[in-house]
Order: sequence, then C-alpha cells, then structure tokens
Amino acid sequence: MSAIVSIKDLHKSFGPVQVLNGVSLDVQKGQMIAIIGRSGSGKSTLLRCLNGLERVDSGDISVCGHHIHDHDKLNLRQLRQQVGIVFQSYNLFPHVTVERNITLALTTIKKLATAEAKKIARDVLTLVGLEEKKDAYPEQLSGGQQQRVAIARSLAMAPELMLFDEVTSALDPELTSEVLKVMEDLSRQGMTMVLVTHEMAFARKLADILVFMHQGKVWEIGPPDELFTHPKTPELAKFVSSDL
Amino acid sequence: MIAFSWLHVEYLLQAALWTVLLSLVAFVCGGSLGFLIALGRVSPSPTLRRLSSAYIQVVQGIPLLVVLFITYFGLAIAGFTLSPLVAAGISFAVYCAAFLGEIWRGCIEAVPKTQWEASACLGFNRFEQLQKVILPQAFKIAIPSTVGFMVQIVKNTSLASVIGFLDLSRAGQIINNSTFQPFTVFGCVALIYFCICYPLSALSKHFERKLHVSNR
Repeated sequence: MSAIVSIKDLHKSFGPVQVLNGVSLDVQKGQMIAIIGRSGSGKSTLLRCLNGLERVDSGDISVCGHHIHDHDKLNLRQLRQQVGIVFQSYNLFPHVTVERNITLALTTIKKLATAEAKKIARDVLTLVGLEEKKDAYPEQLSGGQQQRVAIARSLAMAPELMLFDEVTSALDPELTSEVLKVMEDLSRQGMTMVLVTHEMAFARKLADILVFMHQGKVWEIGPPDELFTHPKTPELAKFVSSDL
Repeated sequence: MIAFSWLHVEYLLQAALWTVLLSLVAFVCGGSLGFLIALGRVSPSPTLRRLSSAYIQVVQGIPLLVVLFITYFGLAIAGFTLSPLVAAGISFAVYCAAFLGEIWRGCIEAVPKTQWEASACLGFNRFEQLQKVILPQAFKIAIPSTVGFMVQIVKNTSLASVIGFLDLSRAGQIINNSTFQPFTVFGCVALIYFCICYPLSALSKHFERKLHVSNR
C-alpha cells in the first residue's frame, strides 16, 4: 500500500478564524476514509484543500504526487484530473444534458473525440444506473439522480482519488440510500475515497478509517467500530451519543 | 401648405432605414466592445477591472447628447472631420458599450459561484469555464435586459438628429414643417418606431421561451 494523500500539520484560516489547526492524515490507495464532526469543525475545508479549491496557509501536503502547499508551482489542472470532488449541492451544469455534463470536460480538457467521450459517458452512467437519462436536463432529475450524475461526471475523468463533501445531506432517506449504494460499489471496486459525512451507519459499515474532527484538528482516528464503541475523548462520546 | 401623402410616408420609411442602420451599428460595435468591458469587469486582473470600471463610470456620467457633440464637433476641431453617420455610429457604440458592459457583468455574476467551482474542479481553465459553462448560462439571463436596452437605443437614435443625422424623428419634423399636420405625421412616425421595436420584444420572448424549454 502506498499513501495517495499525505497531510502533515496543515493550517488554514479564513481571516482571524483558524479553521484547520494542524491536521495530519494519511490516506492509502484503495482506502475509504470517513470524516465526521460538528459543523464548523473544518471537515469541508480540509476536503477543499485537497483539490486546491482552498489555499493552505502552511503544512506539508502531498496529494497524488502534487505538493499542495507549494501553491505557485502547483499544476492545478493536472491535480484536478486526478482528484474528483462531489458537492452537497450537485452543481451540475443546468444548460446542458446529462450526457453533455459528463462529456464537456472530456472533450475540452482531455481532448477526446466526441464518440469516445460519449462512450465513457455511457459507461459511467451505467455505473450509477442512469444510462437511460443521458438526454435529460439536470432539472428533470430528482436530487438523488442529480447527485449520481455528479458522481458519474467526476468518475469520467478517471480520478485516482474521489472526495465527497456531504453528498447526501440534501437528500431524503430513500434518495440517500441510492447515492450511498453507488459509493459503496465504487469503494468495492477499489476507489480511494475521502468523504465528509453525517451518515454514521454508512461510515461505520464501510469506512476503513474514521476521523473525528473537532476544533480544526483530528481529534480521534481509528477503525470505525472502535471509535463508535469506545470513544476516547468526551467530545466524540458526546457526538456519537447525540446521533443515536 | 402641402398635404401629407404617400410620398411623405416613403420619405419616412427611408429615414427609418437610417434609424435601423444606426441602431445596428450601435448594437454590433457597442455590443462587441461591451462584451470585452464585461469580461474586463469580472477579470482576475485588478488593472483590467479598474480600466473597464473607469470606462463605464465615465461614459455613464456623460449625457449621450454630449457624447455626440464631442465626436462630431470636438473631433472636427481636432482635425478629424466625420460624416454624421460615422460620428453618430461611434457615439452610440461608445455609449452602448458602457451600458451593455455593465448589464452583462451583472448577468455573468448572476451565474452561481458553484458553477465556477464545479468546472474548476473538473480541470477547466478560466477561458474554458467562461466559454463552456458560465457564458452560456449568462447569455440566457441577459436576453430580457439586453433587448430592453436595445429598444431604448432604437428610440434614442433620434438624438443623432442634433448633428445632422437624418433619422426617423428628424424626417418627421421636416415633413411637419411643410404639412402642418403634426398628429398625422408624428402618429405615422410613432407607428414606424413601434414596428421596429415590437419585433425585438417578440423575438426576446421567443428566445426566452426556447431557452427555457431547452432547460426543462
């Protein structure tokens, strides 16, 4: 196993607010890391730092061979082809069809021929179970379907690492489970994933490593079962019990 | 006194062509420049942002009439003698560019930030983001306000008569001076203006509906 993400002492603040306060974390290839924690604990910011959406203040962070902290030399375009991210609000392009949402980056950035891009689109849509929706516009889909398209759109770029930022938070339980199913499949196929989530049962069942963040730090880290049953800190104990 | 006749209507229609021509020049030239101004306003470069913003503020702060005087009379003194059509064309382009630039900046900024983010995360550079994701969405938002502004411009071209541009309004005035039938003459002028502007509004509705449907 090799570390695909290596974070050492990551600091990040927005103005006077220190959001990440010395985070260290390693992610091995093929692992699923679930990050839990209260709102404002820095989970999403951490995720957004990993694909260069947020500039880090200090630290030594390597993602898929890119040194994120060295912002001037960072090849963002390359990094973002290797690291996919899916957001809570889907963020599909509303002006084009589902298929075009997926092929847009393939033909623009990877310079693939249209036929080839369409084939990839068909493959990833099949993967998320939406191949029959390729000609629909995002507006015509349910939230769960839109989120699955967003996942497919990221997958089409063949990333080495997928980031999921509370991807089911805007969905009802039924739609949530269809999205989680897709993520479970992905994980089983060996995709390296880091997810910020409030789906405790999902995290407990599938994550290799669970990370509890508190006050901009990795407060506790370990196998999910252990963290859920034997929390070492009162903060995690309280967080876990409030979920029941 | 001469009675108002079909010859006069023909004269008015000819003048209307000049009105249409000036409006087209205003839109095509002013629109092209305005597009660049709008891009400048949302550019990451502070210099470009400041330059385009200064342009907008200066032009928006000057009455169109004064812009016309400056280009026609002012430039003539500086040694550039322009025909009324060219002077009016330049003035209107300058004027439209400022307003369209500002209108379109608003439309570009109306596209949610998350669209920039989502496309950035797929690896698009700034140019590709604008071209493939942001501008197509901004275009749709821009239609009603742009057409509304264009209708204003068609009517404002009557101001160009002050530098001797023979447009529809000016032609109406000339005819009225010899016929003294203001109601008939200017009623006719108003009707022609309406016939130019109405299709614009209708076209806008058509576009909006079409784009909206493609978005459902």
